[in-house]
Amino acid sequence: MTHGRNSSRRTAGWGGIYRGHRARVGERLAEMGIFVVSLSAIALIFLIFLFVGREAWPILIQSDSVNSAAVQDVIPAVDLPKLSPEQIRAYLGIDAAQLDRMDSETIRELMLVREEAFASLPQSLQRDPDARLNTVRWRSLILPHQWAGYSRPEFIWQPIGEIHKYNIVPLLVGSLKTSLIGLAFAVPFALGAAIYVSQIARPRLREWLKPAVELLSGIPSVVMGSFALIVMATVLQRFFGYETRLNAFVAGIALGMAVIPIVFSIAEDALTSVPRSFIQAALALGASEWQAAWQIALPAALPGVFAGVVLGFGRAVGETMIVLLVCSASVMSWNIFDSARSITTTIAAEMAEAVAGNHHYRVLFLLGTILFAVTFVTNLLGDIFIHRLKRRLEGKQ
Amino acid sequence: MSATTIPSRPSLRGIRWRPVSNFFSGLTRLATFSILALLAILLSTILVNGLPGLSFRFISTIPKKDFFEPGSAAVLPMIVGTTVRVFVMTLFVIPIGVITAIYLTEYAASSSLYTRVIRAAVNNLAGVPSIVFGLFGVGFFINFIGRGFDSLTHQAGPQLGQPCLLWASMTLAVMTLPVVIVATEESLKSILPGLREASLALGATKLQTIIRVVLPNALTGILTGGILAISRAAGEVAPILFTGVAYYMRDLPKSPTDQFMDLGYHIYVLSTQSPNIDQTKPVLYATVLVLLVLTFSLNGIGILARARLRRSGRSDS
Amino acid sequence: MSSPPSPYPSAVPLPGPIIETRNLQLWYGTTPALRGVSLSIQEKVVTALIGPSGCGKSTLLRCFNRMNDLIDRVRIDGECLIGGENIYAPEIDVIELRKRVGMVFQRSNPFPKSIFENVAYGCRLQGLKDRHELHSIVERSLRGAGLWDEVKDRLHESALSLSGGQQQRLCIARAIAIQPEIILMDEPASALDPMATARVEELILELKRDYSIVIVTHNMQQASRISDYTAFFYLGELIEYNETNRIFTNPEKKRTEDYVTGRFG
Repeated sequence: MTHGRNSSRRTAGWGGIYRGHRARVGERLAEMGIFVVSLSAIALIFLIFLFVGREAWPILIQSDSVNSAAVQDVIPAVDLPKLSPEQIRAYLGIDAAQLDRMDSETIRELMLVREEAFASLPQSLQRDPDARLNTVRWRSLILPHQWAGYSRPEFIWQPIGEIHKYNIVPLLVGSLKTSLIGLAFAVPFALGAAIYVSQIARPRLREWLKPAVELLSGIPSVVMGSFALIVMATVLQRFFGYETRLNAFVAGIALGMAVIPIVFSIAEDALTSVPRSFIQAALALGASEWQAAWQIALPAALPGVFAGVVLGFGRAVGETMIVLLVCSASVMSWNIFDSARSITTTIAAEMAEAVAGNHHYRVLFLLGTILFAVTFVTNLLGDIFIHRLKRRLEGKQ
Repeated sequence: MSATTIPSRPSLRGIRWRPVSNFFSGLTRLATFSILALLAILLSTILVNGLPGLSFRFISTIPKKDFFEPGSAAVLPMIVGTTVRVFVMTLFVIPIGVITAIYLTEYAASSSLYTRVIRAAVNNLAGVPSIVFGLFGVGFFINFIGRGFDSLTHQAGPQLGQPCLLWASMTLAVMTLPVVIVATEESLKSILPGLREASLALGATKLQTIIRVVLPNALTGILTGGILAISRAAGEVAPILFTGVAYYMRDLPKSPTDQFMDLGYHIYVLSTQSPNIDQTKPVLYATVLVLLVLTFSLNGIGILARARLRRSGRSDS
Repeated sequence: MSSPPSPYPSAVPLPGPIIETRNLQLWYGTTPALRGVSLSIQEKVVTALIGPSGCGKSTLLRCFNRMNDLIDRVRIDGECLIGGENIYAPEIDVIELRKRVGMVFQRSNPFPKSIFENVAYGCRLQGLKDRHELHSIVERSLRGAGLWDEVKDRLHESALSLSGGQQQRLCIARAIAIQPEIILMDEPASALDPMATARVEELILELKRDYSIVIVTHNMQQASRISDYTAFFYLGELIEYNETNRIFTNPEKKRTEDYVTGRFG
């Protein structure tokens, strides 16, 4: 059968060349399919932004449909005829379609329920001005507020109890604090190891040192976290003698261990990509290996090293399980020996208890959007640095 | 103007003590070996404390609700859950990842703006925090696609509009897509251009060349990508927290719409929810050991395959 | 014309040859690269090492400043004496050795720094900080490499902005800035065009007044033009070593004759 086709192709002679691409419609389609699938990475970035952002959207545009106030002013049911449909919808927190389906009796019932609910609240809460505060307003999300019973304005994240407090600043500080501790711990080690492995160690040693250090990246973060929780926390406390056993410092060190392989890998790649001829020239002039590494290789590989640090930071900010296991209390403090709660931890710990669609849920997605935006920027920066390194090293020849 | 700088030649004999250089290169060596020491401490702690807790019963039974007790703890459903979720993941991630890599290496001009945008997107995707993938899984797979399907089929209760194995796997597929793309690209690039040209010169079309010549030669690379993706995903907990993992289930998952138990999540549960942490420790270590054996053996295969690939790629060029 | 300074006024004249190897053997792993080379290289002459690819001439050159140390699994046997010292003795300081034995590589490899910093680098390594002194050394070295007039107005531009030939002369200037006794050149002109090659050859002839130069070359004409002595290698062995015009006009060995007349290689 194939034979027959072959011979017929042969008799077609050179004409086949011209007919060729017309006949391969299937191939064209398949190639178009390949092209479409190749868009998936771009599409996914958009989708992530879209769908994480979508759930946070009402807060981003500060829509009235999300209101976290514990006590909402009551409009007596008898006033119903005076209200416009918009006012009713805002008051009852329903959309237009739902409103259409209700008759005025149902609406009156709902308003009465609200009245009763208000009446059943404790007197103290009814009078508390904070209870009427919609804490998902930008002002409450970002600026400090003097809550009843506090002596001064404070940043508080406390999405439980009667009044939900959604100030995200303590979480930003928590993320920043743990990540910076992690970087401060990881960068010297990772960079030192990258210099040693790429420039100073004998090639034969290098061959197994690199995969050995990178083995660290194969340890799941939940394992690192539970190791930090059970072993490192005790050891570090004994060593430094601070009070709270679980704090940002322990989390930072554990984060650092997770970040080391990233910074190491990228910095080591960058240092190795510096042409050997530079290093040899320096050595031939009587430089020691350290001098050649520090004065010649490192300056040439600097963008790559920056990329490693920036991407390491992105990883540390985005790491969830380690901080979740090691510390959880959200305290607004820059002290490294205080507890801290990061953005990621907050999402992981509170998502399960947040009711889909309510203010808490939406604030958590807002945190996710912020996190995505932050890592988007760090990734982009890392990319730019690596491009710069490539250009720098290629432009030389 | 005679030579002013180097008045006399020091002897070659006698190795000089160069304090600065020796100090700093000593520091870099110290850094390297401290990292390795940390790693060794971590692994040996887990090994020493985890081995006694391992037994055939431990990995082959479904635990009762009190899985904190060394006597009754077991991890079969977690092993099954973790394994199944990563394999379902590969069903999605490998085709998409491989096709994207094919486009990038075989079709796209390497310097075009479009390729650069895809590359940037892939790099970016690789750096998105895993918890954000979890949120994406909730927002996109569960709330949008799952609920959408449910309302189309008019189900009584939620079928797809809730956390389940399928959505957890797809969330992980999104997360590991860059791993597969990068590994496949690397192996496609290591194929000699001569091979492609030989096939094209025989009258094969580009697609035929890719399917018959390029892909079979890139198979190790593709498998490596799959293995690296699996080993990355096997230990991840954050993306599945809200997309399908269960605290406890009496049975193994039976369909993609079931929830499942998971090794990594179980480690989290054991470390934080135990009523008596000292009693739970042996169970915790044993579970960690099981997870590490799983991820490391996969990782090891991936690294070996990749090293072999690189070496063959280098000898080709 | 400024008289070139004597490189090291207080050094005593070295007795005998400046480089001497005695039965020098070298293996890469288990593959022998040098099979017992015994050679005496004289002071302040140009000695060319020639031979077909893989004959060990570059390997021998890299023995003289121990650059082979950087390669794993290299094993060396026999002696290599520089200025009377066996440089493979355990108590020899490699870094000190490399300050005395400069090297110019096949491909020009200036650092990604300014022209000035490239030349000054070697002196900075030795702790020289004084700007005036550095400047005078840079100027002297660049003049010595015949590059001064071309670059004096842009000393602080990147060395990578120079042409290939200029870069290679910059590398020579960088090597002579620390006033080595010996300069090793590993096919220094093989990547250059004929004009640039001619300039580098001219430069080598000038430099031999002050330095002992060992040059590896593939180019037979180049060896005959610039060298005083020539050593011919084949498969890791020294076949013939003599004054250059003897090697090229009246070689003793048949194999040498075949090679220099272009019958093989």
